[in-house]
Amino acid sequence: MGTIGEAVRRRRSALRTGLTGRVLNVGLVVIVVVFLFFLGQRIIAEGPSFFLQILTFALANGGIYALIALGYTMVYGIIELINFAHGDVFAFGAFLSGSLIPVFGLSSATFGPGTVVGLLVVVFITMAVCGILNVSIERVAYRPLRNAPRLAPLITAVGMSFFLEGVLFLWKGPSNVAYPAVLPSFSFEVFGATVGIKELVVIVTSIILMISLALFVDRTWLGKAMRATAQDRDAALLMGIDIDRTIAATFFIGALLAGAGGTMYGLYYNTSVFDLGFSAGLFAFTAAVFGGIGNIYGAAIGGMLIGLIRSFWDGYFESAWTDVVIFTILILTLVFRPTGILGMRVPEK
Amino acid sequence: MSLLRQFWEGGPRRDPNTIAYVVLLVGAIFFPLLAQVATGGNSSFIVTVAADAGVYVLLAIGLNVVVGFAGLLDLGYAAFFAIGAYTYAFLASDHGRVTPLGEPIHMPFWIVLLIAMFVAASFGVLLGAPTLRLRGDYLAIVTLGFGEIVPRIFKNAATWTSGVNGISALDIPALPVWLQGPWSGDPLQVVTDFKILSSLAYYVIMVILLIISVILVRNLHRSRLGRAWMAVREDEVAAAAMGVNTTAIKLLAFSIGAAFSGFAGTFYAAKLSLVSPENFGFSVSITILVMVVLGGMGNIPGVILGSLAIYGVIFILLPQLPEYATGFVNQIGLSGLTQSSGDYPGIAEFISRLKFLVFGLILVVVMLWRPQGLLPSRQREQELKKGIAHEETVIEDVTAEVG
Repeated sequence: MGTIGEAVRRRRSALRTGLTGRVLNVGLVVIVVVFLFFLGQRIIAEGPSFFLQILTFALANGGIYALIALGYTMVYGIIELINFAHGDVFAFGAFLSGSLIPVFGLSSATFGPGTVVGLLVVVFITMAVCGILNVSIERVAYRPLRNAPRLAPLITAVGMSFFLEGVLFLWKGPSNVAYPAVLPSFSFEVFGATVGIKELVVIVTSIILMISLALFVDRTWLGKAMRATAQDRDAALLMGIDIDRTIAATFFIGALLAGAGGTMYGLYYNTSVFDLGFSAGLFAFTAAVFGGIGNIYGAAIGGMLIGLIRSFWDGYFESAWTDVVIFTILILTLVFRPTGILGMRVPEK
Repeated sequence: MSLLRQFWEGGPRRDPNTIAYVVLLVGAIFFPLLAQVATGGNSSFIVTVAADAGVYVLLAIGLNVVVGFAGLLDLGYAAFFAIGAYTYAFLASDHGRVTPLGEPIHMPFWIVLLIAMFVAASFGVLLGAPTLRLRGDYLAIVTLGFGEIVPRIFKNAATWTSGVNGISALDIPALPVWLQGPWSGDPLQVVTDFKILSSLAYYVIMVILLIISVILVRNLHRSRLGRAWMAVREDEVAAAAMGVNTTAIKLLAFSIGAAFSGFAGTFYAAKLSLVSPENFGFSVSITILVMVVLGGMGNIPGVILGSLAIYGVIFILLPQLPEYATGFVNQIGLSGLTQSSGDYPGIAEFISRLKFLVFGLILVVVMLWRPQGLLPSRQREQELKKGIAHEETVIEDVTAEVG
């Protein structure tokens, strides 16, 4: 969980590592320029309103990816574990909020100030339950294995992911589950692009949550403890930081964002499915690596970038190749910048 | 034989794995007979399942070289499996006719087996060369990305691969000479150009391939290269300081693993006579990784045991669970449970919906119970025990000073 200053320093030093480094960086720039050139041609051909439309989708999409990616990156930063179950916590959030909304009697037909308050309550309950769920997972499946071989917790994470998918499967069955419509389908035109309330809510919420997280990690005592634990666990222990509690807090906060992300996903797409967490988690994790895993700013940027690439490729090129493009860009990024876009010190053993 | 002699004579080179190898070999030889007796002469289904399990054992042995020996986390191993399978599909079927190539290619299975190994290994080198300098889990993500890209390319490049439909009616492998006899229900005779159709023949070939692979990998493990892999796994910086060319040996591990996967892919495609992009997703890669880690990373008998256990759970136990449950509730007189009512879908459907949950629980519980795997290598077990004991003493010292 590096600070911005650290990230910038790292980037400068990464840029100055000999001839190979410079050649690789030039290569990356060339690829980006060529890609942007073709994209630019298509954008000009389709006109500005289509561009704005795609941009709106991209931001909403990217906001959701970023919310999930933050949980991956925080957990990885602190205990170097790819928490495969995280995507399923996100899916659980979507399922839970979808079930809570009818309980509170919320619907887009009777939208009013009461609905907004009710929705906020639903979001908070979902976030809290997801947080408790994730902390329990950490307690049961990861904490006992903290001194075990490195891959053991990875396998329990996979197991937990299957377990959560199993729970959701049992809960709502194998097919797509409709998510109740709550937000009004009201929209307005901006330079020819249609911007809905839904997109606005998703974009604004994710930005607010990301800023709060950044402030939390930067300014509070617990945030400092998290950064210290991520940097050097033993030293943090000697400074009187309760490692177990700090790690649990990291899982809790990561899951808060995943729960909020799940609710946003439901509100935005109005559907969910038991293995939603698998694909969403895969791309969110990709986003986290993209930005430089362990770095929260990187995860936010990575999530947004994945959203942008996905929406723009879907909009301007063939959508069948979108996933291939995303993963190719990921591999190329790592070849040219081995620690992601923002990068972070990778602890060596 | 020297293996056995060493074991009986005991001494410092006595290897506990010898028992495991002997048990596995004897089990593999007598399994078809046992199945024949147990099912009353109707064993072809069980033997087919066993041959399929062999594909996964082969994959796990190959991934073990990458993950267990060299310590490189590979999350896209199924990509090489897909490459091997599609290599066979292109080189041994009529499919070439419908591609822009316009000509069908029919190469013998045995040749394609080698070609597929080579092709998969080349892709391994191609992916590994620029990315193996990445540290730890970044490499895992590159392989994950590659594992996602490959099946999608096979799916999207429909002019060459028929897209989602996959390629079917692949050639049946044939042997130039084969000895038939009472064991396959025929009179004793030598046949030429024998088509491998029976499940027993597949099983026998699988076992032979497995024996060759195990000997190969075991020798690799004990060679200079094997020791270099372990050195890199334990501490890359120290290994480099000792003069190990870390990049080269990591690349070797990566491509040898890929070769195994391509090899297994060819066998898989030939046996199924069909390849489809849906069969090589992330879940396959993860399943193989689970087999390796759960069995006991780095230890060949452990990995074989792990792969057989996981295969059994996923492909035999879980699909049959609903049937057992129905039989069970009927037996104890609660047959009302088999009917669906309202939200309750009936016991069979209910249990089949439990399969993800049960599989997840099995993984978590086994891993918590034996973090080092079911059958870890003796060396690693020692290291772990020592490591933990060491840490405990450190903590005691600290408290003593504080108190």
